[in-house]
Amino acid sequence: MRIKGRVWKFGDNISTDHITPGRYFHLRSNIQELARHVMEDADPEFPRKVKPGDIIAAGKNFGLGSSREYAPRVIKISGVSCILAKSFARIFYRNAINIGLPVITCDTDRIDEGDEVEIDVEKGIVRNLTKGEEIPASPIPPFMLRILEDGGIEEHIKKYGDFRLEE
Amino acid sequence: MGKTITEKIFSEKLKRDVRAGEIVVSPIDLAFVQDGTGPLSIEELEKLNMVRVFDSGKVILFIDHASPSPRRELSNMHIKLREFSKKTGCILSDVGYGVCHEVVVEEYASPGDVIIGADSHTCTAGALGAFATGMGSTDVALGMALGKQWFRVPETLRFVVQGTLPPGVYSKDLILHIIGMIGADGATYKAMEFEGEAIEKLSMEARFTLTNMAVEAGAKTGLIATDEKTREYLKSMGREEKYREIKPDADAEYEKTYTIDASSLEPVVAFPHTVDNVKSIKEAEGIEIDQVYIGTCTNGRLEDLRIAAQILRGREVRTRLIVVPASRKVYLDALKEGLIEIFVRAGGAVISPGCGPCVGIHQGVLGDKERVLSTQNRNFKGRMGNPEGEIFLASPATAAATALEGKITDPRRYL
Repeated sequence: MRIKGRVWKFGDNISTDHITPGRYFHLRSNIQELARHVMEDADPEFPRKVKPGDIIAAGKNFGLGSSREYAPRVIKISGVSCILAKSFARIFYRNAINIGLPVITCDTDRIDEGDEVEIDVEKGIVRNLTKGEEIPASPIPPFMLRILEDGGIEEHIKKYGDFRLEE
Repeated sequence: MGKTITEKIFSEKLKRDVRAGEIVVSPIDLAFVQDGTGPLSIEELEKLNMVRVFDSGKVILFIDHASPSPRRELSNMHIKLREFSKKTGCILSDVGYGVCHEVVVEEYASPGDVIIGADSHTCTAGALGAFATGMGSTDVALGMALGKQWFRVPETLRFVVQGTLPPGVYSKDLILHIIGMIGADGATYKAMEFEGEAIEKLSMEARFTLTNMAVEAGAKTGLIATDEKTREYLKSMGREEKYREIKPDADAEYEKTYTIDASSLEPVVAFPHTVDNVKSIKEAEGIEIDQVYIGTCTNGRLEDLRIAAQILRGREVRTRLIVVPASRKVYLDALKEGLIEIFVRAGGAVISPGCGPCVGIHQGVLGDKERVLSTQNRNFKGRMGNPEGEIFLASPATAAATALEGKITDPRRYL
């Protein structure tokens, strides 16, 4: 799985409340509408600026807070193809893989807003094409990578009827 | 080499030696969702053609976040949960019954259980010696249908808390102190085990405050070994037979051990907008506050209400005061003890059990530039419905003293 896109930068500790604020709780009944407010409390302009294929590069502890699966879902619906961060909160990380949104841990200090990056998800390599640099990344654990490659946990379960830990 | 509590629980479930770092598929004892996450779980089960539950007595749907419903869309989401409960026979905890995590510890969680909930504070039940962790809607949906889930068995950070908490300093201050010390990602992917003399002295209610907030340090769960207090608590909830000893081996392998002297602690406050932005009460005193909220899965239990009522008795508040008992049981007990009358006479607004204004949906949404001091567990920007508001976190005692003064106040002045 290779992904190429333009980067939007965010800082540390972007919470699930930044990503999908509680005041839009009622819009969970209409996720397309909910997605129109994606990342609104981190950058009010983001929902208008983001284009399909774009990539988020954030600091540490991205997605901390609530278990709301809507957080990765609205990011995916907005067209974002991958999230890079120095680290992820665990529930968010698992939710993102479950819904088929690649999340890669790497040193995002070497990426600026507007840079074009290319990601090899299997190998865990991030290339900053703008700066001509290769950034080492932590690979996704094998079982989670399989879920991601299946297209998410829903597809994984459809395929195997169960959790398939081993190849 | 011995085992941590987490390794012991999973070893027992899988009937083999399980160690940190392994990925396992484990049977679960309880799976629950709430009204903000459950409708999506149900949609996923519909998509997978798996509208069923593995055991109708071990799957619970809670209506606690927007409860009672403030809007039509949410009322319709509630209908979806009620219909699923009718269809599958699983348990429904409807409006007014309480916050999921409080009802789970009162009625369902037992030592040694593996529990998953579609809410990040599911870790609360870890104080009963259960492995309890929050997951997303789809993960919990699969648990509801299959009766199992996959887990990466986490490494454990051990927190040895020696000594005794001084008067006016509570388990809320202790957990805020710990999160301030290790950071909001200081325990990411890990389990936190709390032990030591100070923990042994804490009531179960105070222990739930600790494990509730493990996720605020990024942890997968927080755990406390069972003891006589666990037994007494289960007995008081009518299920003493569920008690059994769950404790780590003396030679368990921990990733790291932190030692804390409880007697050196003082009241603390987490400043906006991260839980690890913790400062001493001295640095916080004098900050003007518009609203005080006492309640939530963190600090809405009877002991919390007693502590607040003791300070508020016979006095009048200067801020708006919102009080939400965490469960119907807590509400009834507080009524019997006269605590509710104290809150109302002091000028407080007492709201029926549920999450109250914590999630930013209703019942106390902040105005622009307003500040709230709350006993809840998180203070993220926008958390209480308005990104222009500011949230400070503290113990019920600090909350009550602050309500009386209209500004953040050291509760020790009222003891």
